[in-house]
Amino acid sequence: MKELRLMKGNEAIAEAAIRCGVDGYFGYPITPQSEILEHLMAEKPWEKTGMVVLQAESEIASINMVYGGAACAKKVMTSSSSPGISLMQEGLSYIAGAELPCVVVNVVRAGPGLGTIQPSQCDYFQTVKGGGHGDYRLIALAPSTVQEMYDFVELSYDLAFKYRNPVMILSDGLIGQMMEKVYLEEYKERWTDEYIAENHPWATNGRAGNRKNNIITSLELQSDRQEKVNLRIQEKYRIIEENEVKYELINCENADYYFVAYGSSARICQKAMELAAEEGIKVGLIRPITLWPFPKQIIKELGQKSKGILTVEMSAGQMVEDVKLATECRVKVEHYGRMGGIIASPAEIVNALKTKIIGG
Amino acid sequence: MSEIKLEDIIQPENVVYKKTDVLNDAVMHYCPGCGHGTAHRLVAEVIEEMGIQGNCVGIAPVGCAVLAYNYFNLDFQQAAHGRAPALASAVKRLMPDRYVFTYQGDGDLAAIGTGETIHACNRGENITIIFINNGIYGMTGGQMAPTTLPNMKTATSPYGRNVETMGNPLKITELVAQLPGTSYVTRQAVHTPAHVRRAKKALRKAFELQGQKAGTSFVEIVSNCNSGWKMTPVEANKWMVDNMFPFYPLGDLKTPTE
Repeated sequence: MKELRLMKGNEAIAEAAIRCGVDGYFGYPITPQSEILEHLMAEKPWEKTGMVVLQAESEIASINMVYGGAACAKKVMTSSSSPGISLMQEGLSYIAGAELPCVVVNVVRAGPGLGTIQPSQCDYFQTVKGGGHGDYRLIALAPSTVQEMYDFVELSYDLAFKYRNPVMILSDGLIGQMMEKVYLEEYKERWTDEYIAENHPWATNGRAGNRKNNIITSLELQSDRQEKVNLRIQEKYRIIEENEVKYELINCENADYYFVAYGSSARICQKAMELAAEEGIKVGLIRPITLWPFPKQIIKELGQKSKGILTVEMSAGQMVEDVKLATECRVKVEHYGRMGGIIASPAEIVNALKTKIIGG
Repeated sequence: MSEIKLEDIIQPENVVYKKTDVLNDAVMHYCPGCGHGTAHRLVAEVIEEMGIQGNCVGIAPVGCAVLAYNYFNLDFQQAAHGRAPALASAVKRLMPDRYVFTYQGDGDLAAIGTGETIHACNRGENITIIFINNGIYGMTGGQMAPTTLPNMKTATSPYGRNVETMGNPLKITELVAQLPGTSYVTRQAVHTPAHVRRAKKALRKAFELQGQKAGTSFVEIVSNCNSGWKMTPVEANKWMVDNMFPFYPLGDLKTPTE
């Protein structure tokens, strides 16, 4: 019988990190995600699993600590919220360029600038289109429940190490702050030096046994060699797109219309679907779980046979562009969203479906 | 009397000097006359003499030493500009029994990476920071550095560094010596055999203190940049002695209390 606990989304992230054998967390406080660092410090995981927890002097330092730890094939993590994630973009680009595994959590708040501490989904572009400089991708997972906040931590490490690629958990202030019940897994042991040497022989953790030295770098001064690096990374991205797309379909059988929404917006859309059903409107929900790789194929298949799609995002409309690309503009696709930390109500979503799609 | 053959002479017992195995045979990209090559060698020799090459992680900066990892037979990470102390902090905390060092220039350590430098030192991270100060940005073509001397001409201070408008040179080594987290802070040079010997001793002490978990050990090496300063190597060394040393005096700034 698994342990069941009532937790905030942010606490679930921290608890999952401890229990799945994360080696180190490096972070800097920012609302609405400070509970992650607070929970870790309160739990003292260094006494339980040997996990290192360090409050850095900035998000820039945090992400570069993650770079250093990831380069040793340690399971390392940081978390922040939008302005802090902007500061991490340089580091993320280096991590992607050096092909290192790590997990970064973004509990999104509304921007631009200092914006507000209230929830938003305005960092979609930054997350799925690169964010920092250079041609690269983050694997992006979008939890919509506190349980998924917990579950996606271990899933993220599986993906990060499988592909030697940074993974971002794209959450928001709503899921970070709300409390739900969470089933917790048993504590797992952290990886030993021997395990790392055998499974991740690229790690720069000291030349034990006089092995050849390892180098972690994103630098390649010669263009012909740099392009080869680019091509190899792009090939990796293609394999990820082929194999790692995750989504959830709710009430999609016989639907005339679809909502496409992720994270907390997907939760609200489920209530909006109930309201729509009461009025006889058959609407299904396509919930992308991986925002990159984006579930293009299912959106294309279902979307092109439908009477229209409404994307619901707490933004000015970002994912809507990917939905239009996926459906190749062969079906009406509109966006409905609120900004500035406002959360759309189910009733206004149904109203938007009626005015923008059904009657539009 | 039989003839002595070369093979008879080249025997291990006759070796009086050899290159350390911690450096490989790659041809260094540094300009002739630059101090980086000597500094690399000293670091490598200390690591070999301490027998820690199988237990050591180096962090390369952005700047002239960006390719340091091409020369050391050590596990190496290449950091973003200025961030080496952040990487080193994490590596050391995750693997406390490894020897971890950064090798950084003045632009990397004292301009863009000031925050990471100060805070790693202030936390007393058990790492060794090696700081090459030549008062200029060498790799990007001789621009003004945080440590460029007053009135010194560079590509971005072509009429000399005007401290009124461009600010004063930053004595970051004096600054980190004030922090309780540092165990040993010293300023050395490598332009004469005597200075090379002293610098090597300082590096050895810095790594030994790391082994004793004494806090951050910090070794500045004042060096020349004959290319950036637009001088011959001999002129550059003379200019360094006449101008850099009065402003950046050599010697220990902080030694561990017994």
